[in-house]
Amino acid sequence: MPKLLKDQQISNDDFQVLLQAPEEPILPEGHVLLHISSIDHAIKANGRHNGQVGIWFDSADEPETVANTLHQFEVIAINFPKFIDGRGYSLARLLRERLDYPGDIRAIGDILVDQIYYLRRCGFSSFRLREDQNPDHALAALQTFSADYQATADKLSPVYRLRHQL
Amino acid sequence: MYKYDNYDQQMVDERVLQFRDQTRRFLAGELPEDEFLPLRLQNGLYVQRFAPMLRIAIPYGMVSSRQMRKLAYIARRYDKGYVHFTTRQNLQLNWPRLEEVPEILEELASVQMHAIQTSGNCIRNTTTDQFAGVAYDEIIDPRPWCEIIRQWSTFHPEFAYLPRKFKIAVCGSEQDRAATQVHDIGIHAFLNENNDVRFKILAGGGLGRTPMVGSIIKPSLEPEHLLSYLDAVLRVYNRYGRRDNKYKARIKILIKALTPAVFSKKVEQEWSYLKETEAKLTQQEIDRVQSFFSEPDYPELTNINLTDLALSSESDFQWWLRRNVHPHKKPGFSAVTLTLKATADAPGDASAEQLEAISDLADEFSFGELRVSHEQNLIFADVPQRRLHELWLNLKPLNLATPNQGLLTDMICCPGGDFCALANARSIPLAENIQRRFDDIDFLHDIGELDLNISGCMNACGHHHVGHIGILGVDRKGEEYYQVQVGGASGHDASLGKILGPSFKMDEIPDVIDKILKTYIELRTPEERFIDTCRRVGIQPFKERVYAKAA
Repeated sequence: MPKLLKDQQISNDDFQVLLQAPEEPILPEGHVLLHISSIDHAIKANGRHNGQVGIWFDSADEPETVANTLHQFEVIAINFPKFIDGRGYSLARLLRERLDYPGDIRAIGDILVDQIYYLRRCGFSSFRLREDQNPDHALAALQTFSADYQATADKLSPVYRLRHQL
Repeated sequence: MYKYDNYDQQMVDERVLQFRDQTRRFLAGELPEDEFLPLRLQNGLYVQRFAPMLRIAIPYGMVSSRQMRKLAYIARRYDKGYVHFTTRQNLQLNWPRLEEVPEILEELASVQMHAIQTSGNCIRNTTTDQFAGVAYDEIIDPRPWCEIIRQWSTFHPEFAYLPRKFKIAVCGSEQDRAATQVHDIGIHAFLNENNDVRFKILAGGGLGRTPMVGSIIKPSLEPEHLLSYLDAVLRVYNRYGRRDNKYKARIKILIKALTPAVFSKKVEQEWSYLKETEAKLTQQEIDRVQSFFSEPDYPELTNINLTDLALSSESDFQWWLRRNVHPHKKPGFSAVTLTLKATADAPGDASAEQLEAISDLADEFSFGELRVSHEQNLIFADVPQRRLHELWLNLKPLNLATPNQGLLTDMICCPGGDFCALANARSIPLAENIQRRFDDIDFLHDIGELDLNISGCMNACGHHHVGHIGILGVDRKGEEYYQVQVGGASGHDASLGKILGPSFKMDEIPDVIDKILKTYIELRTPEERFIDTCRRVGIQPFKERVYAKAA
């Protein structure tokens, strides 16, 4: 099972990511993530299913189009088809800062240790590591920098404001 | 000059640790090459034709003598004793060992320097006017804004994996000496009718395969919103820039596809959510950064008559005064260019010995500071005029007093096929051929202001599109050939050169240039610069002359 880094802890990620909209409105056992194109399924199943139901976005998807329904889900995942595809960083900031999504934003797909720090700053709160990644290294990577220049989704004050606080 | 505080220092130090670990994992086989690649590029490390190449940032072109001495030390200790200054206010080491790069970064951090984001698909080193702060025609000093952008772009978590590289240049003078119109974002600082600082934002300029001049996307932006607006531009680009084709991934392609008006609307919408957040700059921080760029302690001097000074001196010195000494906003001071374009030296190269000597001269003549220009030259920004002759006497034995600033032989030239794995043709030997052919200083001065730009491939590191004469190395069935263009320019009147016709062999190029120059001499009106003649007569007369022998 893939490793999940969340709240400074390593655990197993027991969510199943469903790639396609299910033919039947019957979901597999346990926690599932449905693609945004199946959001109607996901809304219906939410609360009735025997596990948690979340949704996931691919890097080209536009969360703004479903802004009103997102708060119904406790987990939203953003997929990185390839680690060099940086669109997911912007999507996470949109979810956190513009759409005020308060739940868990999970990075899935091609998630490498060296991305973790920036992902966290953009609003991701959990990270499903690619199978070959070392979870301890990922945990350590969260501490890469002790200050940051930009105002981003992690709500920490950027250095240019910290400098002038008493 | 900006001085790091604890935050800045801590971040570059932490970067060194981060990269040390990444390099260790790569060398141990724990980090595959394709995953190390974007990480090393964001630390300025390429793997080149013969050896790795490390690109070090000189933010907005400012460097202290102390930093320069460290660069000389690094060149000697970790490389072959010389460095190469690029067109983007960076310098490159051509022969570092990959294993030693973390050590080099540590040396750099000890003098408040780094190689952060000098390469890769992220926001690159911000560039500006080499005369910023001293230019006679300056409206706003761009340097504090460059430093504010430097900090914002450093480790920006949202924009480290953009579709393509991203370059920003800032200009605050009547003349644009930073080629802002051929950058992904060009920022022009100006004063509005109430004398408040405002920025005009251009986007979508760039060279390479599809050269374009930028379009205005925001005519007037309040300074406190600079970073939130940049965030908005970059976010629109990050989300909608093309990722399917490397050659269509720059922001210029997106802006052209959408039209500048539609792109600008998308940015405005994005910005409306960002402008009143923590991203808004505080006045205290603007004041703090500006305080580092206050004037040095200029002694009260009066202007001396440089024409009289010239007349009473050696002819070499006269040429140098005319070409390499520039007007300064302070009475009694001049700015001085050391062109790194002496014949037979690769354009933009300097040896460790030269760097050390230059550092000593900077301490003695120019408040211990130097500038780097996008023409690959070095500048003493604050030289008392009464000491110009003394400075010149010191520069001559160092081979750093070539009086050719802005002339044909002061060419912009990429490292080309001798070093670069991307190049189709060599450019350094071509530059030398041209310098040898046109070594008559009277002739060069008669031709006057002329930008000759040479690139070894379509990536256009030598900015050939915006050279008054531009030369592009091309590959024809495995042989190196050179295509010639005329009519490009990089200032506020930026334009792209037009190709004359079929390409030439390297040894034909000096003759081709000679024909172009003779055409100019015949057609020019008194006082008309080469570029103005080109614009007035078009390329046809040049074309006819250059290809005449075939008829």
